[in-house]
Amino acid sequence: MMERLKKLVCWIDERFPLIATYKAHVSEYYAPKNFNFWYFFGSLALLVLVIQIVSGIFLAMNYKPDAMFAFASVEYIMRDVHWGWLLRYIHSTGASMFFVVIYLHMFRSLMYGSYRKPRELLWIIGMIIYLALMGEAFMGYLLPWGQMSFWGAQVIVNLFSSIPYIGHDLAILIRGDFVVSDTTLNRFFALHVIAIPLVLLAIVVAHLVALHEVGSNNPDGIDIKKHKDANGNPLDAVPFHPYYTTKDGVGAVGFLIVFCAIIFFAPEMGGYFLEDNNFVPANPMKTPEHIAPVWYFTPYYAILRAVPPLFGSQFPGVVAMGVATVIFFFLPWLDRGKVRSIRYRGPVYKIFLTLFVISFVGLGWLGLMPATPTYTLISRILAVVYFAFFFLMPWYTKIDKCKPEPDRVTSR
Amino acid sequence: MKAINNLLILLLLLLMAPSMAHASTEGIHLDKAPVDLQNMESLQRGAKLFASRCLACHSASYMRYNRLLDIGMTAEQIKKDWELPEDVNLGSTMQAAMDSNSARLAFGTAPPDLSVIARSRGADWLYTYMRTFYADPDRPSGWNNLTFPGVGMPFVLADLQGTQVLRIEKHGGKKISKLVLETPSPMCTAGFSMCVAGYDAAIADLVNYLVFMGDPSKIVRSRLGYIVLGFLLFLFTLLYALKKEVWKDVH
Repeated sequence: MMERLKKLVCWIDERFPLIATYKAHVSEYYAPKNFNFWYFFGSLALLVLVIQIVSGIFLAMNYKPDAMFAFASVEYIMRDVHWGWLLRYIHSTGASMFFVVIYLHMFRSLMYGSYRKPRELLWIIGMIIYLALMGEAFMGYLLPWGQMSFWGAQVIVNLFSSIPYIGHDLAILIRGDFVVSDTTLNRFFALHVIAIPLVLLAIVVAHLVALHEVGSNNPDGIDIKKHKDANGNPLDAVPFHPYYTTKDGVGAVGFLIVFCAIIFFAPEMGGYFLEDNNFVPANPMKTPEHIAPVWYFTPYYAILRAVPPLFGSQFPGVVAMGVATVIFFFLPWLDRGKVRSIRYRGPVYKIFLTLFVISFVGLGWLGLMPATPTYTLISRILAVVYFAFFFLMPWYTKIDKCKPEPDRVTSR
Repeated sequence: MKAINNLLILLLLLLMAPSMAHASTEGIHLDKAPVDLQNMESLQRGAKLFASRCLACHSASYMRYNRLLDIGMTAEQIKKDWELPEDVNLGSTMQAAMDSNSARLAFGTAPPDLSVIARSRGADWLYTYMRTFYADPDRPSGWNNLTFPGVGMPFVLADLQGTQVLRIEKHGGKKISKLVLETPSPMCTAGFSMCVAGYDAAIADLVNYLVFMGDPSKIVRSRLGYIVLGFLLFLFTLLYALKKEVWKDVH
């Protein structure tokens, strides 16, 4: 039996680089041995992607992308499809947990300087994944065809119409209609289940290829390739398999415990993951009193609302929102620090990073609230803090007093 | 480093702890609905009240009759309680007796479908709403509601609760609206407070049923959840031991 299996592998290997690929990316891919808690989120993002694709396939078998039947078909899935409620809650929880995982993954990069040279392209590909994910989530949220689906999409697409000259036509191009309608639902469905997932998968592969080309960063932010053993492998690294397969396995099950606790006991997450108003079928004639996007978009939404309109146009706010997202791309060149990791940075960077986290979470909360004068004022202050983190970075990372980096990685 | 970890965990907890306020109704205090989906008798009483009082005008068009088997009712019981004809298909959905066009003419607006009303309004809102109707001669139906001012729905449970009236009291320049039960239900022969408690209990049953109807998976879900989490915890210990074993030579 083993003989036969070996022969089969040989047969394949003569025609396809099976063993070589396995070695390069799994059994002989060396990763730093000092990964901590923050390094779980990369593999967890991959896990959530798979969960979303598999649950999405089964949902698409029962969902009807038709303004007349969409809402009812979701309730049909919830009630009449065998295990349909489980599929739906897996998918809706997965959407929010995807962003939880991605935000923590990005925060890890900010802490340990994972975006710094030579990982600039790895970071940029990651940012493209993040943007694609936002598009995927936005289109997917229209599909249940509840009040929040409808009016959320209406508000976001209207943002595009504030762009001078082309805005009006652009908004019509996106909707395929003058208002969000059945046509919009159909095209968002197509984009959500085919176009964006295809792009996502391709760039996720590119992200991994780029990672394996430059190698992982580590919590010390130092280059592990300076010290190699006789075989040319870094002394401070371990092969991905079996070390990180087993470690990430523990992380994956730990994550699934949280994930399942939400699915089985609180799938609405108190109105954050599934909004109450989305259990009212979409009604184009009835605008809800309070329209808020889902929590993962609210930091940007709060920035949009914080910027005062110019000549009655929302455009400046839209620009600010766009800049707030795109600015991440430039991080590798904004950061002038001598060290990568927060462990060896001076106090200034630590203060700015803490303020940034406070502004991001604060804006996220404010984006869920109605825009009262007090809240708008706080939003403005936090938006300034948000942008200061990026625009002042070349200055404060340069003047910051860094501590000496160790020669070899430390475990703590 | 520890400080940042702790900060993040705290922020995550903060995000998860408070519930977002349910959409409508500002100002009025919502009473907590005593929802208990494991209480089958309460669910069955609620279902009976729903069948006799709500279904005349409101549909529940995503809800099938045979789903009531989940709350311990038998096919015969369903047919009897819901006054269904002998040959009815229990797989059919709950439709209102009144068609929505004549309802719109009668009430000014079509009565909403109640399948997922407990999810959009919330149990506490429903529990409060059903207990804050009061007589108001200025309204076409003769009824108004403190939780939902100007509601089109007449108070169809007046015979169970009796008639409440609105009293506005002034406390140091602050106006406080208060509902007073003027005439208790003629059906209630017990003492006054017993009548109020009896009505509240009936509404609790009804809201309990509406919560069940909003997401029938909820009954199975929480039971299954413990099994799933138990298995995952077991798997976690196993994998953790494996990881320890693999990593023991790394320093």
